[in-house]
Amino acid sequence: MTEKMNNDEILLSIKDLEVNFYTYRGIVQAVRSVSFDIKKGETLALVGESGCGKSVTAHSINQLIPMPPGKIDNGEIFFEGKDLLKLSEKEIRAYRGDRISMIFQEPMTSLNPVFQIGEQIADVFRTHHGLKKDESWERAVKLLELVKIPSPEKQARSYPHQLSGGMRQRAMIAMALASPNPGLMIADEPTTALDVTIQAQILRLLAELKTEIEMSVLLITHDMGVVAETADRVVVMYAGRKVEEADVNDLFENPRHPYTLGLLNSLPSNEKYRGEKRLEAIKGQVPDLLTIKGWCPFENRCEYATDICRQSFPERTELSPGHSIWCHLEGKYE
Amino acid sequence: MSENIMPAEKLQETMDKEPGRVQEALHQLRKNKGAIAGLVIIILFLMTALLAPVIAPHDPLEQNISLRKSAPLTEGYILGADDLGRDLLSRIIYGGRISMIIGVVSVGIALVFGILIGVISGYYGGWLDRIVMRLIDIMLAFPYVLLTIVIVAILGPSLTNAMIAIGISQIPQYVRMVRASVLAEKEADYVTAERSLGASDLELMFRSILPNCLAPISVQATLGVGEAILSSAALSFLGLGAQPPTPEWGLMIASSREFITTAWWIVTFPGIATLLAVLGFNLFGDGLRDMLDPKLRD
Repeated sequence: MTEKMNNDEILLSIKDLEVNFYTYRGIVQAVRSVSFDIKKGETLALVGESGCGKSVTAHSINQLIPMPPGKIDNGEIFFEGKDLLKLSEKEIRAYRGDRISMIFQEPMTSLNPVFQIGEQIADVFRTHHGLKKDESWERAVKLLELVKIPSPEKQARSYPHQLSGGMRQRAMIAMALASPNPGLMIADEPTTALDVTIQAQILRLLAELKTEIEMSVLLITHDMGVVAETADRVVVMYAGRKVEEADVNDLFENPRHPYTLGLLNSLPSNEKYRGEKRLEAIKGQVPDLLTIKGWCPFENRCEYATDICRQSFPERTELSPGHSIWCHLEGKYE
Repeated sequence: MSENIMPAEKLQETMDKEPGRVQEALHQLRKNKGAIAGLVIIILFLMTALLAPVIAPHDPLEQNISLRKSAPLTEGYILGADDLGRDLLSRIIYGGRISMIIGVVSVGIALVFGILIGVISGYYGGWLDRIVMRLIDIMLAFPYVLLTIVIVAILGPSLTNAMIAIGISQIPQYVRMVRASVLAEKEADYVTAERSLGASDLELMFRSILPNCLAPISVQATLGVGEAILSSAALSFLGLGAQPPTPEWGLMIASSREFITTAWWIVTFPGIATLLAVLGFNLFGDGLRDMLDPKLRD
């Protein structure tokens, strides 16, 4: 841990994170030994299908997982050298909305329906900066302008139900930006609920803001198109495990984990669909996290699986600097 | 791309057309005849209660033995006089004052405790919730009137104690309702979003969640005022509330019920006043519920 702490380039470092949900049906192993770093100013995408643990991983950072039933059973989350998991609820609250802020998936429901959006943003200024009412309102209007909401002064007085989905997502982003010194912005599927044109606008806005305000972004998505457009580095997760990590270019040019390959193959934009071939989907289903075994979780769906895949979870294989996979086949298959 | 973002004027136009919440509520109200009738009755009673000394033609306590039990419209007594020769109209007007105070104060007591207990219980859940809800179940197991009578019996019969008793026995229904709304609201995304912005439990409970639960609470409170007026009349009728010579409606009915065959007006008019007041609050409460529930709108 010390070597990471000394490296001031790294903003957030997650190590061996394990999150379990203790339910009536048994223990759901949502996240298992996940580690990754986010550098300052970097956009890291956490990719995987629903239920792969990407949201749980992100929500562990500022401890928004419902506990109980959730429990972080192992791991360390260093943010600027401080282990967030060792902080008390009160201390972690000081980070939330201050150094670590968050955008949510559903702009329709993530804003409080009974308050004007300007009011909600101004509220963040009041709690974190201790500003007076007038000043915080002015700052809120400025933020709405920053996220390109037309006639911000007027819109600040709108209630969430009066805005469209895209506008609400902008308001959400403005709210997340109201933190005094945003270090990390966690974007939990920020564009999933939006249509494609609005999606592009929001992603563009995020990219612009990132250069304007120096911050890192942890982008959670299942959309490879969004990844290609915005991310610097990608972590692919499957059934609570990390299966591949690479620079965005490496990943798209040379995906080496069979699961990543399957994900990219199932994109309609893939070049091989120029003919009239049917879309290839990954066969089978995601394993039930309640009954998951100790070996490679992708084994039952992987067309290259052999006996060795059913013995243990694979160790890390570094294919090139910055590009690793967790696969027994070590990328050697055709 | 940036051209796409900026149909600002168009967006503005559509937004200007959208009515605000107040206008929309007024529009809904206008469509609901019952609610308007209720509101008119409530305003009428509020006005007479506030202006009682101005409008009442006589002192409600002034006795005129020679005019005992005089019929309505005699000697300037519009609704007649009671068995001690006091002007019935003035007594009813002053009685409205007392009823309004009882209604508002006891609902206020029930609201404060009901909201406090309901929000905390619903928000934290777990063992705290279980204990609170079982205690509330015990309270609900007592018949409402019996519970009120028991509390008054403990505190001693007086108007103030009647208000407290009515307030306390109304608490369970508010706790249940507030808790149910909080349980539904606390799972909403905006609560997580506000927590991610650093809101504390206290802020989440009372600043984010509670305002979203106000619709059912305000309906219940309006209906509760009517209920409290009725309860206080019942308590006074039983001799556990207001004491003579206070001009309280229930007490007026109780002390004059023996004259129902000989001087019907003494017992009838306070009864009609009670009926009207309760009807007003119930009509308005029902209308409010229809207004606030989008599913009941047409």
